[in-house]
Amino acid sequence: MGLLEAIILAVLAASTPLLLAAAGELVTERAGVLNLGVEGMMIMGAACGFAGAYFTGSTIVGAVCGILAGVGMSAVFAWLTLGLAVNQVAAGLALTILGVGMSGLIGAGFVGERITAVPQLWLPVLTDLPFVGRILFGQNALVYGSIALVIGIWYFLYRTRAGLVLRAVGDNHASAHALGYPVLTIRTFAVLFGGACAGLGGAYLPLAYTPFFISGMTAGRGWIALALVVFASWMPGRLVAGAYLFGAVTILQLHAQGAGFGIPSQLMTALPYLATILVLIVISRTRGTIGSAAPASLGLVFVPDR
Amino acid sequence: MRDPATPPRPTAPLLQAIGITKRYGTFAANDAVSLDLYPNEIHALLGENGAGKSTLVKIIYGLIQPTEGELRWMGDKIVLAGPSAARELGIGMVFQHFSLFNNLTVAENVALGLAPTENFSAISDRLAEVSRDYGLPLDPKREVWRLSVGERQRIEIVRALMQNPKLLILDEPTAVLTPQEADQLFVTLERLRGEGRALLYISHKLDEVKRLCDTATILRLGKKVSTCDPRRETAASLARMMVGAEIGEVKAASGRQPTIPRLIVRDLSLAPDDPHGTYLKNVSLEVRGGEIFGIAGVAGNGQDELFAALSGERISPTGGAVVIDGDAAGYLGINERRRLGAAFVPEERLGHGTAPRMKLSENALLTGHAASAMVHHGFVDKPAMLDLVDRATKTFDVRKAKRDPEAASLSGGNLQKFIVGREILREPGVLVVSQPTWGVDAGAAAVIRQALIDLAARGAAVLIISQDLDELAEVSDRIAVMFHGRLSDAMNAADADRETIGLLMGGSTIAPSEAADAGA
Repeated sequence: MGLLEAIILAVLAASTPLLLAAAGELVTERAGVLNLGVEGMMIMGAACGFAGAYFTGSTIVGAVCGILAGVGMSAVFAWLTLGLAVNQVAAGLALTILGVGMSGLIGAGFVGERITAVPQLWLPVLTDLPFVGRILFGQNALVYGSIALVIGIWYFLYRTRAGLVLRAVGDNHASAHALGYPVLTIRTFAVLFGGACAGLGGAYLPLAYTPFFISGMTAGRGWIALALVVFASWMPGRLVAGAYLFGAVTILQLHAQGAGFGIPSQLMTALPYLATILVLIVISRTRGTIGSAAPASLGLVFVPDR
Repeated sequence: MRDPATPPRPTAPLLQAIGITKRYGTFAANDAVSLDLYPNEIHALLGENGAGKSTLVKIIYGLIQPTEGELRWMGDKIVLAGPSAARELGIGMVFQHFSLFNNLTVAENVALGLAPTENFSAISDRLAEVSRDYGLPLDPKREVWRLSVGERQRIEIVRALMQNPKLLILDEPTAVLTPQEADQLFVTLERLRGEGRALLYISHKLDEVKRLCDTATILRLGKKVSTCDPRRETAASLARMMVGAEIGEVKAASGRQPTIPRLIVRDLSLAPDDPHGTYLKNVSLEVRGGEIFGIAGVAGNGQDELFAALSGERISPTGGAVVIDGDAAGYLGINERRRLGAAFVPEERLGHGTAPRMKLSENALLTGHAASAMVHHGFVDKPAMLDLVDRATKTFDVRKAKRDPEAASLSGGNLQKFIVGREILREPGVLVVSQPTWGVDAGAAAVIRQALIDLAARGAAVLIISQDLDELAEVSDRIAVMFHGRLSDAMNAADADRETIGLLMGGSTIAPSEAADAGA
C-alpha cells in the first residue's frame, strides 16, 4: 500500500464522525435551533455505543445504542429550549458538560476492554483493484452511510415540501407560525434528528475507528462539527468538502509528526482546532460575498401566542 | 371547497363576529366586539395602536382563540382551529409585518401559504397567471431579500389571492408604500371588491379609509365605538372616535430663523454591515441651527445605515464626512459625538433606544453618562438619574405606574415620549431622530412633534428620518428623499408636493445629491 493510499484511507476514517455529527447539526440549525451540545451527544453516543456492542457482541446493536443515546440527550435539550424556552446557548453548553461527565461514568467499567470493530466491505475483484479498490470498495458501512445521509439531507431540504417547511421555520418562525405551521413540533424533530446523527457519529469512534473506549475520546470533534456547519454556510454539499478537509488536517498532522519535522507534537495536535478558528475568521470576513444561507431565526427563542 | 359560481346573497353577511372577547389575564384586548362583513364591500377597521385591531383580526384568521363570543360564516357557527382552517373556508390575509421568508424564493414563499396538495411547478404556473391577471408582476425565482418593499407586499397579496379567498384581510397595507404604490394597490382592491369578495381593511390613515371603504368599524381600548359610513364622516370626526378626545394641533413656533449649519454630511459613502443592507452612496446634506430637515423614503433604502453613520454606531470612511458643530466627527464614536452636543433617537424603542428590562433611570444613564453630570469618579449619581426621569415625566407627560419602572412596562407612546424627552432635556445642538412617532398614539405624537419644533426654535439643528409623509410635511422646513442609498436634493417643505416626493420615493427622477452651499 502506497503512502498516499494510506493517507486517503485514514482521512476517510477520521472524517466520517465529523460528517455524521455535522450533517445532523445542519438540519437542526436549518430549523432555527442552535444546539451547542454536539460534543456531549457524541461522547454519550460513544460510551453507549461501546456498551451496547460490548454486551451483545453486535456492532449494529452498538450503533443503535449510540443513536438512542444521542436522541435521549437531544430530547433533554428539546424539552429545555423548545418546551421551557430556555436560552439555547446555555442549554447546549450544559448538555455538553452533562454528556462528558455521564459518559465518563458509564464508560468507567469499559476502559481497557476491546470489541470487534465494524467490518469493512470486501467485494471480489473490485476491492482488490490497485489504489482505488480499498478507497472506494473497502470501507465500513458507516462511511458509505454518512455520504448517503448527506445526499438524503440535500434531497430532503431542497426537493421535498417538508424540507421547504423546515427551512421556512428556520428563516422566520413568526411567519411560519402565522401561516399555520407547527414551529415547535418541527423543531423538536429537527433537534432529535441532530441528536441521532451526533450519537451515531460518536458511536463510530469506538465501533469503527479504535475498537476500545476511553473517557473523553471525542476530543472536541463535536465542536469541530459545529464549526463545520458554519464553514459549509448551512449547505450540505459544502459540508462534505469541509469534513474531509478537516479529516485531512487531522491525519496530515499525524504524518508530519511521524516524519519528525521538529515541531512540538502538541502544536501539531492543535492544528485541526487552529484550522477551525482560521476558517471561522475567514468566514466572518467574507460574510455576504460568498453567499450565506444562515437561518435568520437561528438560536432565537420562539413562544407562540395563543 | 364551495362552488364559487353561487355567491351568497349580498344582503347576508359573509362573516359575523358576535361578542368577541379576548382576555389576557385581567386585560381585555377585545371586549364584546361585533362585526358583520358583507360581500362586495370594503370594511375598514380603524383604531389606534393597542385598540385591539390585530387581536380581532388574528381571531378571524384563526391564529388565536377568543375567550368568549363566536364567529359565523355564511350564517353557520364556526370554530377555527388554525389559519389553515380559515384558509380552507376562504379567508385570506395580507400581514402588516410581512410573513415572508427572506432566504426563500418568491415561488417557495407562495407554496408555503397554499395547501400541500398542489405540486411545486403547478404553483409556479398559477403564480405567473395570477400575477399577470391582477397586474402584480413578480419573478418566481428571485429570493425575497432582493426585492423592494412594494414587491414583497405583492407576494403577500398574490399568495392570498391564489387561495381565491371570499374574505381578504389586509393589515395596514399602505404603511410601507409610496403614494403611487398605494394608488395602484387601491385599484387592485377595488377590482377585488367588484369580484364579489369581502375585504377587511385595517388602517389608521383616515383619508385612505374615506376614499376606499364602504363601512368602518372603530375600536378604542378593545371596545367597539361605532360602525359608520366613513364617506359621511369627516376626518376629524373619525379621529375623535378613534382617540376619544380632540387632538392638540401642533403649532409652528414663530420667528424660527435658520442660522449656520450645525450638522453637515459630506459625500458619505458606506458599505452596509449586514449582507442584506443598503450601500450609502455620496450622501450629502446640511442642517442649520433652527431648522428641521426631513428625510423621507420607503423603509430599507438606507435610512438605518444613515442613522448608524450619523450616530457613530458606524464609523465613516473619512473624518470630514460627518461634521457636528464645526468638528469633524466621522471617526468619532457615539459618546464623543454626544460630547460635541449631538443626541440620537433610534427607530426601535425597545432594544435600541432603551434596554427593555432596565429601569428608566438606568436608561437615562445609558445615553447620558458621556455628556451629562450623572457619573462622578466612576460612580453613578442615582439622584441625578432620577431627577432626569422626573423632569422628562413632567415636561413630556410620560404616564407610568411608578416613579422608576422598567422601560418595557411603558406603552409605546409613553416610552417614546421618555426617550425623546431624555435627549431633548440635554439641550442638544444637533438632534438626529428616526421614526419619532412610529406606532405612537395620536396624543403622544403631537407632544413629540411639538417638542421637536420647540427644540429647533431654541436654535438646535434637527434631522428627522421618517416614513410618514404627513409628519414630515407638518414639521419640516426642508425635505429630501432617500432611494437606494442616495439622497435627493433638499426641497423647501412649502414647495414640495406629495406627488414629487412620492415619485422620488419610487426612484423615478433621482438627481445626484449636492451640498446646497458647500462653502458654509
